[in-house]
Formats: sequence, structure tokens, C-alpha cells
Amino acid sequence: MLALVSPALLVILALIVLPVGWLAWQSIYHDGFTLENYRRVFTEDVYWRSFALTFEISLAVTLIALLLGYPVAYLANALPKGWSILILSLVVLPFWTSVLVRAYAWLALLQRTGVINQFLRYLDAISEPLALVHNTFGTVVATVHILLPFMVLPLYAAMQKIPNDLMQAGASLGASPSLTFFRVFLPLSFPGVLAGCTMVFVLCLGFYITPELLGGGRTVMVSMLVSRNVELYNQFGAASAVAVVLLLSVLAIFFVVSRFISLDRVLGQK
Amino acid sequence: MTRISPARIALYVISALVLVYLILPVLIIAPISFSSARFLTFPPPSFSTRWYQQYFSNPAWMQATRVTLTVGLLTVVIATPLGVAAAYAISHSKLRIMRVIHIALLLPLVVPIIITAVGIFFLYAKVGLVATMPGLVLANVMLGLPYVVISVLAGLQSFDPAQEMVARSLGMNRLRSFFAVTLPQIKSSVVAGGIFAFISAMDETIVALFISGGQYQPLTKRMFTALRDEIDPTIAAISTLMTAASFVLVLLATGRRRRNA
Repeated sequence: MLALVSPALLVILALIVLPVGWLAWQSIYHDGFTLENYRRVFTEDVYWRSFALTFEISLAVTLIALLLGYPVAYLANALPKGWSILILSLVVLPFWTSVLVRAYAWLALLQRTGVINQFLRYLDAISEPLALVHNTFGTVVATVHILLPFMVLPLYAAMQKIPNDLMQAGASLGASPSLTFFRVFLPLSFPGVLAGCTMVFVLCLGFYITPELLGGGRTVMVSMLVSRNVELYNQFGAASAVAVVLLLSVLAIFFVVSRFISLDRVLGQK
Repeated sequence: MTRISPARIALYVISALVLVYLILPVLIIAPISFSSARFLTFPPPSFSTRWYQQYFSNPAWMQATRVTLTVGLLTVVIATPLGVAAAYAISHSKLRIMRVIHIALLLPLVVPIIITAVGIFFLYAKVGLVATMPGLVLANVMLGLPYVVISVLAGLQSFDPAQEMVARSLGMNRLRSFFAVTLPQIKSSVVAGGIFAFISAMDETIVALFISGGQYQPLTKRMFTALRDEIDPTIAAISTLMTAASFVLVLLATGRRRRNA
């Protein structure tokens, strides 16, 4: 059995474990051991601000995705099967469209000469085009769009497990629909909330395409810090240290969440 | 007659708006790609296929398309058997280390892709695989493996292993019983896994940005570079074609799976 799994394992070891390990090594070793790279990451303003911004954006994206995703998952769970399949298909459809294509679509929609601005001017609703993109706003709009399916699917899966009788029991005991929702349904859907939020937050921490294309150079997220240190400045040690800190943040989040719910749930296998 | 509560109406309206938000960007690209205007204008002036002509007549875009298709097909051809073998081993072995190996095979989904990309770039720079076809294919095999493993494991879960035991008790060896009994029954999950690996390779952008170059640049890398400079409607045409390809492939993958279920 080990022989069967070894070719796949070899690919994983050679192309992800080894490179990431190498990255970690490079962050502490350069003609001798050094913590200089980490000193820079933790003390220099540029790095510090970028990490803070990345966590802020990830938090905002996660909360918005939860607020937008919860009603959709709730409706898909409540409606008869045909409707719920339709809703879930609409959620999954963009999921299988290239992230790059979706970033381009948002650029086409949001830019100064974009569809939304042209439409608003056509209606005479605005006289000057609105600055919808090349800023944090555009980044957040597109990132929420791309990550929303990762929120809706675990929410829906968790809601499916809530027995309908519980809601009926609440109603038969005289509770109003909103009371049964807040006291029974919402708490029981919590595993889905946690799974969805974890996945969206973690994916957002490492997001690259949307901030790079829609951030207008001002929204420097951690991933861009890594790529700029490699591509522009040839600062491989600094890039590696940033990557290691990012990876450790992600692993720490997964570790903490795994104390509460099964990770299979987060990774969407169950 | 039951009264519809305001909360219910709000739920429907909000959900409908969210669904529009999800779908609109995917649908907006097609009309842009068929517009005759150089710049995006609303309403679109007139119908034209000039951006498609520009795409099909440009040697650089055509070369990039060949690279994307070659990488995608080679990824499927390599990742599918590796993933099937691994999934089979994971589901049939009781070794404790298999649990760890299972998690290791899902690493590409967990490690932020930008970190994977930079790591592979450093590795390839050492061994001379930057801007080569084998380098691009290997990276995509790694990224596609989890999709095959997840899909095939799901297929194996609904398959009764006793059938294979029967075949073996009748004298078939393990390999023959796998191909004669097990594989035909998990075929649709294998095909679905392969299709997802292809879509993953076709859409992959970030690793390609770091490790591809020269004549071996896939479509996504050229599109990304072009998007940084200016909005060229040719990209709308390419995006429309890629989206259509993804949809057809996903329909094939899920359609097969459903029939099997």
C-alpha cells in the first residue's frame, strides 16, 4: 500500500514540502544563522502595516461574506429541493470560473469607464465617475465575490444537519419564528459559521490576484510583500521570512479551530 | 391564507441580490467580448467578433493557448493515475501513517498559494526548471493531486470492497481485480477528479507568474501581464472562452457523478 501512495507523496514532498522547508531555512540562514529578516518583519513599518492591513481586510471580507452568505444558505436549506439546487448551482458556478477572469470582470464593472459608472452616468445619477476600484473598496468587493462560495457551502452543510422537528417543537411551544431562529437554529448552525469563516479568513490572508489587480498599488497585502521582495528587490531572505510568518498564522488558525470542529468540515470534505 | 412576514420578504430580497452579485460578473464578460468598442461603453454600440479575431490571429496568444492546453492535458495524464493509486492505498490500508499521508496530499489546498509559488520558484532556480515545460507540468500535477484524491476517495467510500474480495478469492490478483471490478465502478469519480485537475491547471495563475517564461507562458500569465498594463477587450474574448470551457467541463464532471450516485 505504501508503494501505491509513494509516487503521489513524492510529488508532494518534492514540490511543496521541500520548497516551503527551503523557504523557512532561507529565512534564518544566510552565511550563518541570523534573525535579521524576522527583526525587519516585526519592527519595520512597511511590513507591520501590511500585516495589519491584511488582517483587517481578511476580517472585513469574512464578516461581509458571513452576512451575505447566511441568508442564501438559509434560503437554500428552507426551500424545496428544486429551488435549493438552483440556488446552490448559482453559488458554485462562479467558483469554477478562473479567479483571474473574475478579477478582470470586476475591473470591467468598477473602473472609471466601467459598466457601473457608465450606467450611472447614463441615468444621470452622477456627474463624475465614482472611484470604485484601484483602492481597498474594489479589492474587498472582488475578494468577497471570489470567497463567498467557501462560506455558503459549509453553512448549508451545517444547516442540513439541523432536524426540522426542533423548529416545529419551538413553534408548538409558543415561540415566535424569530425566537426559534435565534434560540434554536442560529446556535445549531454555529459549526458551519466557524468552518466557513475559517476557510474565508485563511484564504483571504494569502490572497494575491485581487489586491494586485484591483488594489491600485496602495492596498499592499502580505502576499504582495512576498512577491515584491522576490521580483523587484531580490530580497529572498525577507520574502521568506514574510512567507513563514504568513504560513504560521494560517497553521495556527487551523490548529485553534481544529480544537472545536473537525478540519474535514473546514476543508469541505464532509 | 398565510401572511408572508416582513422578515421572510427581506430574506428573499437579500438572497436574490446576493445571487445577482455572484452571477453578474461571470455574465458581464460575454457582452463586453462581443462589443465593437475599443473601450468599454454602455450601452454597447454594436455587435462584433473583432476581439475573437484578434485573439485567434495573434501568434503570442495562440502559443500561450497551446501551452495551457498541453500543460492541462499532461497534468491530467500524470495526476489522475497518481491520485487514484494514492486514494486506493489510503482507503484500503489500516496503517496509522496513512492518516498523515492523507493530510500531506491535501497540503496544496492549505498552504497559501503565494508561498507555494515562491518556494517552487527558489527550488526551480536551483535545478534549472524555471521557464520550462516540465517545470510547469510538475507544479500543476502537485496542485491538481488533491482534487483527484478527494474525488476518488469519495467514489471509493460508496463502493463495497467485498466485491473486490470476491474477485480475489476467485483467483484474480489484486491488480486485475482492481481493473476488472473496482475501477469500472468508480470510473465517474476518477473522470471527475481528472476534469477538476484540468480546470485547476487551466486556471492556475500565481505559480505560473513566478516560474513560467519565454515561449512556455500559459494563457493566464499573459492575461495577467496584459491586465496590469491596460484593459484590452481581447482578454474579454479569452475569458469568455475559458469560462465556457470550465462550465462544459464541470457539467461533464458533475453529470457523470450524479448518474453514478
